[in-house]
Amino acid sequence: MFWTEFRRGFLDILPLLAGVMPFALLFGTLASQKGLSPVEIVLMCATVYAGGAQFVSIDVWATPVPVLAVVLATGLANARYFLMGAALRPHVTGLSWPARLWFVGIHSDETWAIALKRSQTAALTPGYVLGLTGLFYLNWPFWCLIGALVGGLIDDPARYGADFMFVAMFLCLIRGMWQGRISLVAVGASAVAGLAAQQLLPGHWYIFIGAVSGMLAAAAFWSPGSGRDESCDAKLEART
Amino acid sequence: MSFDSIHLTAILGMAAVTLAMRFGGYLLVRYVTVTGRAAAAMEAMPVAVLTALVVPTALATGPAETVAAAVTLFAAWRLPIIVAVIVGTAAVVALRLVV
Repeated sequence: MFWTEFRRGFLDILPLLAGVMPFALLFGTLASQKGLSPVEIVLMCATVYAGGAQFVSIDVWATPVPVLAVVLATGLANARYFLMGAALRPHVTGLSWPARLWFVGIHSDETWAIALKRSQTAALTPGYVLGLTGLFYLNWPFWCLIGALVGGLIDDPARYGADFMFVAMFLCLIRGMWQGRISLVAVGASAVAGLAAQQLLPGHWYIFIGAVSGMLAAAAFWSPGSGRDESCDAKLEART
Repeated sequence: MSFDSIHLTAILGMAAVTLAMRFGGYLLVRYVTVTGRAAAAMEAMPVAVLTALVVPTALATGPAETVAAAVTLFAAWRLPIIVAVIVGTAAVVALRLVV
């Protein structure tokens, strides 16, 4: 029973395993160029375990490390987990405590979406959850480490446009989370306010000011009928 | 084994804030439901953060970066992400040689 479920979960995530690899290699490369050691990179991947937010944090990363800005940016980029964790609750109450803690603690966009899809047809079991998340979890730090070891050898990364890779990556992540007009409103407000703040204020305030402006604009634009449940469904469709 | 204490502090801080998000929503949903405008604001947070992050390079560095950002966006809507990243990066390398 456990292994049937395990196999089921594993097969559901299998197509996505290889897709993570190029991003992990890129992350390892960029992080090692910012001065993180391979051990630190693996530690970050295993404990933070959130690709998008990790790219954000490495972009803000500098010497000396602006710890507060790095942590704040990570929190902002990961705020969606607040809603995703909330959406998981009704579906994991049948799991044992260890399985529940594990899954709530390390779910990703991908495993979250697949688990919610699965729970529409069958109750989640510890076997399924472990099959779904086990290798997928290890996959991220592993390929990041390879990226750190190989990417650390490249000198003068700016010659290859490595500094712009962040921007390109973030623009693509925006596209991945696009939810129509409400996203356009948020992006527009964030760009205008962020640009003004970046020109006028020192430090990393533009990140916070842009983010809050975008959120306020989305809240102001929201109308009944464009509720969260629909967008969650849309995300589910887009990711699986 | 090389650990820098400031690096370690930043990494553990990142891990703590992320776990707080993952468990925070899970625990709080028992008592409150985030709906309507509050949920719309939360949902918009990641794209708003990412936009703010690209602003200095995409809008305030130079024409090469601005055009390459536009090229990346165009590609992102048509190609797989990793291909769009490569296209955008290649665009900036080429444009920096020209302008």
